Amino acid sequence: MRRVYLDHGATTPVHPEVIEAMVACMRDHFGNPSSVHSFGREAKKLLEDARSNVAKLIGARPEEIIFTSGGTEADNLAIFGVARAMRKKGNHIITSAIEHHAVLDACLALKKEGFEITVLPVDEYGMVKIEDLKAALRPETTLVTIMHANNEVGTIQPIQEITRIVKEHGAIMHTDAVQTAGKIPVDVNDLGVDLLSASSHKIYGPKGVGCLYIRKGTKLFPLTHGGGQERKRRPGTENLPGIVGFGKAAEIMTRDLPEETSRMTKLRNRLIEGLTAIPEVKLNGHSTDRLPINVNVSIRYIEGESLLLMLDMKGIAGSSGSACTSGSLDPSHVLLAMGIPHEIAHGSLRLTLGRDNSEADIDYVLQVVPEIIERLRAMSPLYDRKEAQTCTPIK
Amino acid sequence: MYTDKVMDHFMNPRNVGEIEKPSGVGEVGNPTCGDIMRIYIDVEDDIIKDVKFKTFGCGAAIATSSICTELVIGKSIDEALKLTNEAVAEALDGLPPQKMHCSNLAADALHKAIADYKAKREDSKE
Repeated sequence: MRRVYLDHGATTPVHPEVIEAMVACMRDHFGNPSSVHSFGREAKKLLEDARSNVAKLIGARPEEIIFTSGGTEADNLAIFGVARAMRKKGNHIITSAIEHHAVLDACLALKKEGFEITVLPVDEYGMVKIEDLKAALRPETTLVTIMHANNEVGTIQPIQEITRIVKEHGAIMHTDAVQTAGKIPVDVNDLGVDLLSASSHKIYGPKGVGCLYIRKGTKLFPLTHGGGQERKRRPGTENLPGIVGFGKAAEIMTRDLPEETSRMTKLRNRLIEGLTAIPEVKLNGHSTDRLPINVNVSIRYIEGESLLLMLDMKGIAGSSGSACTSGSLDPSHVLLAMGIPHEIAHGSLRLTLGRDNSEADIDYVLQVVPEIIERLRAMSPLYDRKEAQTCTPIK
Repeated sequence: MYTDKVMDHFMNPRNVGEIEKPSGVGEVGNPTCGDIMRIYIDVEDDIIKDVKFKTFGCGAAIATSSICTELVIGKSIDEALKLTNEAVAEALDGLPPQKMHCSNLAADALHKAIADYKAKREDSKE
């Protein structure tokens, strides 16, 4: 059976060159980068080469990159680190309703510590409105954290403009760029942000490693305490094989970015066109300010988990904002924040493209999906109700 | 996460559809929570001759609906009323814990269909 992986927003396959670099690191350079001897020095060189490659991916200086265990830790370090370091100046933090839980839940935890949190709403496309941000800023606002692109619906926020306003106000700006770094051009100086989170496993690197970009001069308390690694902001012996893999992945992404972005965009547009041609299938998110790899549609009258199971039987891997796939009772907080009703949010399907996808994969998906939708709709009591509604004249 | 039996009933659901002139219809759930089950029954001399279902929901919701129809066809309505959601789950060799409450409502829908049948019978007697 044909297998088509369309869940690159969840994670990506590790690139063969990344695996090679990681194996070589573990086999030939096991030393501790903090050691003085040659073993340590060799490891230190690998660490700093990786740091340079990751810095280059986002237009930063190597000394502004702190390696972490992933995007979640980078978000937590940014938010707790700045909130606590700036507490004497103010205790107000602004975020948005569609953030990843790594950001939203970190802000909620700060609320319990006595911080005030403003959660900005989004419009129907998942976009934060500038006027809402302006209205929310207060003298005691110390930090604004708004994601670069949303992981579920792919909407890209105007971070440059948001940052300009935040900086004019004298607050610190963080953005979660886990979905963008390596997928679209990201430059910390163009964006102007003070802090930016990125992750390795979303860009064909290993899991368990990410980074936080910290602009020089940004005050931040560490979350953990120990040795002097990572400029004391993230103590502990470095995950060198992971970091080397991340560095290699960043190098490959920097090299291939223009070509891959245009290829992904073409595949994405074909997929969106094909899916939205099916009756009562609607695109979620923005049509143009959108990640090149992201497709998210709502399919009326059917539920997301059963759709995913049937797709899986046909070898197609996707994801859904349905409550049934999240282990909670509520569907995706992102879709709900965009004003999409519960029952339509339950029927959402996210397909995220990657380097391994081809035109033939898209053909296959567009052949299989309509059949599955028809099958599930035939089983759905909501669908015949709708037919009944259209057949019976309104009294 | 699902047993082979759940997957079998999900991929090859039994008795999907509607009964044109049903003796009773029962519906549970709502679109907000993500699961709706509607069960149609055809009853003759208090014996369930046929059952059909339509379900909007996850794999567990569809599978429980399907096996529930199989479990009660040919049974008396008194026997069918003894069927519990737990027994439906057991007949599928179990469900994941998080699915036990939200998606395991087929017996409830069936009981509602039987109540509907009984109410209609009372009405026709009057």
